[in-house]
Amino acid sequence: MPDTQATESALARWRREVLAPSLKKVPERQDEFTTVSGRPIEVLYTRESGEPAGAEVPGSFPYTRGLYPDGYRGKPWTIRQFAGFGTPEETNARYRQLLAAGGTGLSVAFDLPTLMGRDPDEDVSRGEVGKCGVSVSSLADMEALFDGIDLGAVTTSMTINSPAAMLFAMYLVVAERQGVPWSTLAGTVQNDILKEFIAQKEFIYPPRPSMRLVTDLFAFSASEVPKWNTISVSGYHIREAGATAAQELAFTLRNGIEYVHYGIAAGLDVDAFAPRISFFFNAHNDFFEEIAKFRAARRLWALVMRERFRARNPRSWQLRFHAQTAGVSLTAQQPYNNVVRTAVQAMAAVLGGTQSLHTNSLDEALALPSAEAATLAVRTQQILAHETGLIDVVDPFGGSYFVEQLTADLEREALATFAAIDDLGGMVEAIENGYPQREIAHSAYDYQQAVERREKIVVGVNEFASDGAAGIPSTLYIDETAGERQCARLAAVRARRNQAQVSRALEALVRAAGTGENLMPLLLDAVRAYATLGEMCAALRRVWGEYVEEPTI
Amino acid sequence: MSPRIRVVIAKPGLDGHDRGAKVIARALRDAGMEVIYTGLRQTPEQIVSAALQEDAQVIGLSILSGAHMHICPRVMALLDEKGLRDDVMVVVGGIIPDVDVPKLNAMGIKGVFLPGTPMQAIVDFINANAKPAVTT
Repeated sequence: MPDTQATESALARWRREVLAPSLKKVPERQDEFTTVSGRPIEVLYTRESGEPAGAEVPGSFPYTRGLYPDGYRGKPWTIRQFAGFGTPEETNARYRQLLAAGGTGLSVAFDLPTLMGRDPDEDVSRGEVGKCGVSVSSLADMEALFDGIDLGAVTTSMTINSPAAMLFAMYLVVAERQGVPWSTLAGTVQNDILKEFIAQKEFIYPPRPSMRLVTDLFAFSASEVPKWNTISVSGYHIREAGATAAQELAFTLRNGIEYVHYGIAAGLDVDAFAPRISFFFNAHNDFFEEIAKFRAARRLWALVMRERFRARNPRSWQLRFHAQTAGVSLTAQQPYNNVVRTAVQAMAAVLGGTQSLHTNSLDEALALPSAEAATLAVRTQQILAHETGLIDVVDPFGGSYFVEQLTADLEREALATFAAIDDLGGMVEAIENGYPQREIAHSAYDYQQAVERREKIVVGVNEFASDGAAGIPSTLYIDETAGERQCARLAAVRARRNQAQVSRALEALVRAAGTGENLMPLLLDAVRAYATLGEMCAALRRVWGEYVEEPTI
Repeated sequence: MSPRIRVVIAKPGLDGHDRGAKVIARALRDAGMEVIYTGLRQTPEQIVSAALQEDAQVIGLSILSGAHMHICPRVMALLDEKGLRDDVMVVVGGIIPDVDVPKLNAMGIKGVFLPGTPMQAIVDFINANAKPAVTT
């Protein structure tokens, strides 16, 4: 008896002597407490919980506590609001408004035809032009989009994947015409095709030629546009498709590993392109788990880059990321509640050390954001930055028994997923096998069932619901004539360009697609000749074919 | 035992966000229905021909992109053309502005399910309103 007393931990003794009698009086509300991702949570974490806490420091390997020694004291995160709708002129006006409101970076949302490499006058584009983003099908559109905005003075993020190389070429030609040297351009092109196959499903070509476009962009930018982030490896869409926090982390970083493998296989030195790899994560509802996810992401990437790829440049080890609050958490019911959700999610992103942040607008479960709602979303970030003191200290949760434990658990689970995908031969093979797609679909269904059984509460939806209309002033209405106006502009572009020059550029593209030649210079030539996005993408489809996903439930 | 209701779940348009379509497909299957999921980017022609081939009593369209007022009339017109209007019930789920719901109902869409609709409510609606499946 005295022996067991001696070996019993302080935590176990606390459970027996303090917690148990208390639970007899007031039982816990639930049998099990879990995060929004279903991860079981203990009642208390102490130094005995397992993970040593607080030995790491920010600004040095493995960067768990942040990339910069002084956190946000030198420079706060960049407020970067994703925006785009209708015609380039309408979106240009929204950008000027966002910059005037104190936004410090632009982020382009393209419409579905653009994302799929289709022109507005193609049959498949009918009804979709300008709806979910801005329509850009030629250099003329890109010029209108950035009219009066100095590309040397802003940083621009473009959410474009399958046709990333074509849209990036258009941006580069706009800079050229503004007289801004490419070497000074800063921004990001998402260019993350793997997560398209896994989650967002805006793919054109099969995985392997798609990966060739990605690495062509890496190689071209390394020498020509050295400050540009050539990829934003994105967990955001993986999470929105239903993944847990752990799956988001693991699949995203394993995608990152795949890009590095392909870059090296294409003949690039790891330290020549890895410093330009950036990441994009979701900031979801579960506050502590999200903070831990961001911390684990930095630690994992540093380890992977140094140990697996033998990168020597510390910039190759540093995981920089953009975060966006969780669109999927927004409700159409009682939309003002979304302001609160978004603020808490944004706090997690900031405490997790994000480099830039998009906060969703309260009306986004209903429509694209109205101008008022978009301004409130910016103000949310400004309140966090200037009124709360959140950003005056680096990684305040470092050393928290709970957050350190979560960080370590997420890291361990990600390493196990990396091994499983390595066993399948890599991420391209895992995608062809349907593995990440299946795992995410299971998680999405599990979560929906938990909501259905009211094990997970969604305020205003399955609890605290109220009758009556949504009750927000106005949502953005996309003018149906945007499609007609875009088709008219396209017709004018086709009428005034030199058709022989366009044909030559497209033929050169087709010829090079079958060889190992870097396609970026050829795409730039085609763009300068005002070849359209749809024409460039169709030319490559002739060589590479189209990807069709096997439908599974 | 009565034959199972057959449902075609389809994702028309260019959008690839298939979380909703897949979750509801599974929920209907778990509720005892026979579910045929067409996959992404199906044209109205492909969707109606799938319903015809599969002898479905229900077509469920998942549309989040704002293209519903272009897609739904085409699906309904094709059902008319094939003489299927009375045999196949069409329901839509997704992001649909309130003002469009009566317009969709007027063109013959029986159910419009907005974000936050419980899966059970959709199962119950289909069970109550689909034309009974016949044994062949």
